[in-house]
Amino acid sequence: MRSPGTAIISDRERRMAKIIKERPFTTISGVPVDPLYMGPVQDPGMPGEPPYTRGIYPTMYRGRLWTMRQFSGFGSAEDTNKRYRYLLEQGQTGLSVAFHLPTLMGYDSDHPMSEGEVGKCGVAIDSLADMETLFDGLPLDKISTSMTTNAPAVILWSMYLAVADKQKVPWTALRGTIQNDILKEYIAEKTYIFPPRPSMKLVVDTFEFGTKHVPQWNTISVSGYHIREAGSTALQELAFTLYDGIEYVEWARRAGLDVDDFAPRLSFFFNAHSDFFEELAKYRAARKVWHKVMTERFHSTNPRSSMLRFHTQTAGCALTAQQPNNNIVRVALQAMSAVLGGTQSLHTNSLDETLALPTEHAARIALRTQQIIAHETGVTRTVDPFGGSYFLETLTNNIEKGCWEYFDKLDAMGGMVSAIEQGYPQREIQNASYEYQMAVERKEKIIVGVNDFISEEPPIHVLLIDESVGERQIAKLKNLRSTRDNGRVKQTLDTLRQAAQSGDVNMMPAVLDCVRCYTTLGEICDTLRAVYGAYEEPVI
Amino acid sequence: MAERIRVLVAKPGLDGHDRGAKIIARAFRDAGFEVIYTGLRQTPEQVVNASLQEDVDVIGLSVLSGAHMTLVPRILELMKKEKLNDVLVVIGGIIPDPDIPKLKELGVSEVFQPGASTEDIIAYIRGHVRSNA
Repeated sequence: MRSPGTAIISDRERRMAKIIKERPFTTISGVPVDPLYMGPVQDPGMPGEPPYTRGIYPTMYRGRLWTMRQFSGFGSAEDTNKRYRYLLEQGQTGLSVAFHLPTLMGYDSDHPMSEGEVGKCGVAIDSLADMETLFDGLPLDKISTSMTTNAPAVILWSMYLAVADKQKVPWTALRGTIQNDILKEYIAEKTYIFPPRPSMKLVVDTFEFGTKHVPQWNTISVSGYHIREAGSTALQELAFTLYDGIEYVEWARRAGLDVDDFAPRLSFFFNAHSDFFEELAKYRAARKVWHKVMTERFHSTNPRSSMLRFHTQTAGCALTAQQPNNNIVRVALQAMSAVLGGTQSLHTNSLDETLALPTEHAARIALRTQQIIAHETGVTRTVDPFGGSYFLETLTNNIEKGCWEYFDKLDAMGGMVSAIEQGYPQREIQNASYEYQMAVERKEKIIVGVNDFISEEPPIHVLLIDESVGERQIAKLKNLRSTRDNGRVKQTLDTLRQAAQSGDVNMMPAVLDCVRCYTTLGEICDTLRAVYGAYEEPVI
Repeated sequence: MAERIRVLVAKPGLDGHDRGAKIIARAFRDAGFEVIYTGLRQTPEQVVNASLQEDVDVIGLSVLSGAHMTLVPRILELMKKEKLNDVLVVIGGIIPDPDIPKLKELGVSEVFQPGASTEDIIAYIRGHVRSNA
């Protein structure tokens, strides 16, 4: 409340100090909150102007609403294709692909590690044949597609590009995003395949390839979502994510790319948790800090290089298995913070998120929640409507300050790859997650229906993926292996191996050649594992 | 003083969601248990081998990927083969209600669904651990 060096303590401040002492209040991240905030506060500037605290566009949603992009995928490519058509009919404006775990981990559906996992957490994609089915009847020049894939991003992106070729859509017309954020996999989500350094090389390859050939594509979505889901605080989510962004820019620069060539295609992905104002402040601080990073640390000159665009997903970890209908309310409030925070696209979770993949019914309510916010509440009419609030501006500045402090620590560790190798961000998140759980168990933090306001409710209907999906997928794969040109497959894998061994060529062309002749994702990953090695997490 | 309860915290399956496993491992440690955490993506064979080698009283499995009905029966089968009859098996994670009786019939002692408190899990283990720990 008092700026440093101010000697005089007013009565007002003394009264406030007394109130705070009586009962401390903290955000969901454990940050103390005062009972009242006073001015003056720094002028946050204009939206559409640096440092973009209030938004990256001057008129925000008056010009165009955010993209309603529901993350979706389950069972086979046929099942998911049907769901995509349904969601688009219901007014969804972009696609977002959830792959099953074997695909994310670089295993084919018939690999022993895939047993019991096929089609469970997403759609099973083993080869280009599955990808063709997934986008059957969906014109790739008319929709934008986000793909949540990290370790094997080069492969799945190549498959998408190959589907575009088959649909005769030029790559220059393609719009979408690959998540491609491998650093947060080591930090939080843990779906890594190769060690950090070769993985970073693959990321830089996609930046270079995208800049040249797929100019409207976001080649990365630097993600805080999973960091938050793993239990971090709001500040840790933001600081680690933005620093991951710094690390990618550093690596790309070192590989000889010009910052202003690729930085405009960098995008971000944040969590919308339940602490309303803390989340709002996080999005505003994100834009401000990233603008400073790009202009001051990397000397970008293209204005678009320093405009942080982001996707948001409401917090899965904030939803409860108990009284699941309450989750509809939580999601609506979380989504509201993302919209007021100026998100470019949004996924709202389904009420059954903690129990299973969403039923069609649950997925529809989630989408309708966004439509209600967009068309009924009126919040889209005014840009950054809370801007200038003493509380929000103070929170925004505090989160910004916290980011710089974390950046200094990470710089001192030699960057994010080194910090990960030392287990630093992992440990920070683990501690925060444990402290939060203990606060819940002490009832310092209340979760309605879990540690207070408990009532029994009848179970709800959930989507179950039956085991026959796995059997059918394995049969499909067997058929593919016996009908494709296996000589060509071997040839493309040999070329891929040589490219990986050389270490100084862009891997995208070799991967594209592999996928075009129906070499499977598992075969490509096995070849790369043999060269790059497989990552084992340090014990923390 | 009684010997400390030895617990293997294991994550079979492909998912990397280790938030729960790590919280429970730490809560067990704070409760005075000896904890061995296997790390991610352990096959049923690896889980059972580790239990044998570490001579544990309890196996705590964390599964969030939906593969529990494939992986857990296999672990229980291997345990029988190795005569690990005294070892208590508890599961946490995303386990749908209809699967719980099936898992218990196979030999799982208890299933803790989302929202379970570490305190309740610890109390359950103290009350049910079969060896004279």
